[in-house]
Amino acid sequence: MLDDTPRFAKLPNRPGVGYKPQHYSDLISDAGDVGWLEIHAENYMGSGGRPLAQLRHLAERFPISVHGVGLSIGGEGALDPEHLARLQHLVDWLNPTVFSEHLAWSTHDGAFLNDLLPLPYTQATLTRVADHIDQLQNAIGRQMMLENPSSYLAFEESTWSEPDFLREVANRTGCGLLLDVNNVFVSATNLHYDPKDYISDYPLDKVGEIHLGGHDEDEDDHGRPLLIDSHGKAVVDPVWALLDHTLALSGPRPVLIEWDNDVPDWPELHAEASRASTALAKVPA
Amino acid sequence: MIVSQTEFRGALLDGARERPIGLVDEKGRAAGRRFDVYRNNVAVSLTEALSQGFPTIAKLIGEENFNAVAGIFLRQSPPASPLMMHYGAGFPEFLEGFAPLQHLGYLADVARLELALRRSYHAADATPIAPDALGEIDPMQLGNVVMTFAPAVELLHSPWPLHAIWAYNMQGGPKPQAVAQDVLITRAEFDPMPYALPAGGLAAMTALTAGNPLGEAAAIGANSAPDFDLGALLALLLQGNAITSISITP
Amino acid sequence: MSNTVKTLAVAGAVAAALSAHATTAVAAEKEKCYGVSLAGQNDCAAGPGTTCAGSSTVDFQGNAWKLVDAGTCADMELPAMADGKARMGSLEALDRDLPG
Repeated sequence: MLDDTPRFAKLPNRPGVGYKPQHYSDLISDAGDVGWLEIHAENYMGSGGRPLAQLRHLAERFPISVHGVGLSIGGEGALDPEHLARLQHLVDWLNPTVFSEHLAWSTHDGAFLNDLLPLPYTQATLTRVADHIDQLQNAIGRQMMLENPSSYLAFEESTWSEPDFLREVANRTGCGLLLDVNNVFVSATNLHYDPKDYISDYPLDKVGEIHLGGHDEDEDDHGRPLLIDSHGKAVVDPVWALLDHTLALSGPRPVLIEWDNDVPDWPELHAEASRASTALAKVPA
Repeated sequence: MIVSQTEFRGALLDGARERPIGLVDEKGRAAGRRFDVYRNNVAVSLTEALSQGFPTIAKLIGEENFNAVAGIFLRQSPPASPLMMHYGAGFPEFLEGFAPLQHLGYLADVARLELALRRSYHAADATPIAPDALGEIDPMQLGNVVMTFAPAVELLHSPWPLHAIWAYNMQGGPKPQAVAQDVLITRAEFDPMPYALPAGGLAAMTALTAGNPLGEAAAIGANSAPDFDLGALLALLLQGNAITSISITP
Repeated sequence: MSNTVKTLAVAGAVAAALSAHATTAVAAEKEKCYGVSLAGQNDCAAGPGTTCAGSSTVDFQGNAWKLVDAGTCADMELPAMADGKARMGSLEALDRDLPG
């Protein structure tokens, strides 16, 4: 276990955006309210070419958060040693400000399923997740942050609430936490609880980064709303309100806008970052 | 009920299978459509990855057909690693063995070309030789020059008008004529470009890549095609910053 | 071909390539290298879900084969290639041998 000094505090308490190559020139010429960038680790694991050249260039101008989407920390099997080595290589090369991953699984029996799949919150899962995080933190020689998932269903076998589970993982491993406020809203709507209760239960002192994104609306078998965390549109007003509520409790934090599908032109993405900037400005430091 | 990841994964990729018991809503009722969100996410995201990775194939057979073919492939061959940049390595062989597309014999080679373009895009950077480096060598020694090539260089052999099919779909080129075309991919800076190799070019390039000196490669090229044009091949290589070192064999 | 002739041929080819290259020499502006081209890129963004209609598991199997000649292969006619069989660019055969 690493010591739990919050080194993640280094991301500025400003808005960041998930980096998309089509915004490269806009970011270089005038990033406006955007103070840092997040990249998906797996897209920068090639050997060279434009992706790495752009990243090298951007890292000279912005603090970079590396967000893994493929480690499968909750996987029943062992972490993929090759993938762990790739992450280690990327972190050594880039020396990003922070690294984060998800409370989820995505690989099983050698197949990567390209989605963040859900976990039962049990003692067995806790032990496995904590072991995997220890292994990762030792490999990359730094603290990571773990993100709360979007839930579409629950496991009968679960014995922990999600915030308690995440707190326990953080206590055992010394990892930090990432709080996706849109995920809280999506999960709370889908599983019918009050998102504010979730935020109150969440160990906000361990949160080094907040995520925001857009979601889609669908229905479950009983005609009730089923929200899908699509990252494909603007953040909705109730999620902005939940951000205000969270920041009032946590104090200022780095806030990321995630927009991965139907990616808009820069002005529209920047407008979201500006709105996050306004929300942050309301919070006493 | 405990739901294992083996069971979850099985039901995820097979719509005919029962959804795992033990997945519920907040009232303890069976998850139903809630589980289908994951089924949908996996199928759609992998289909999109394939369609982005094989845009020429998608144009050739049309989006609707492509999505149907991708839906079968992704269930048979889900990604083996989280590096989506290389997903679909087995797609050419899949297309070759896929009965409903047998009459489009060129599809597999087009898929190989698209995979090679992606490999080239992500290949390691390399410093090319100075533009006049070859010009500084004693002309009598040029036949003994041995070359190494950038990792982004790719070679493809095809009995189909491979380059023309690609250019017709991606660059508004003319309708392909029925000729065989081998393809060379170079990446001058960051954008890989495919070029149709001159006749004999593949044989000569293969020889050069294997470490044979230029004179020998020229003979091999000429042997393979009497009108082999070494100058045209070298021009392609120089223009594509493909040559990373030259040395003279004793 | 004698060695001398070969040497001259190689030297001639190199000279031709060098002069061709000189005339097409590209200005090496570093910044243009950072331009936007998504060719060859295949990004991983695991996580975001989708409500993409008509793309659920069931639709991709069996009866989803609503086949249309929507692609450019229908415009291309590429006869008698490697194995000598006539090959046409239509998708007509697609409604045979469908997976059940």
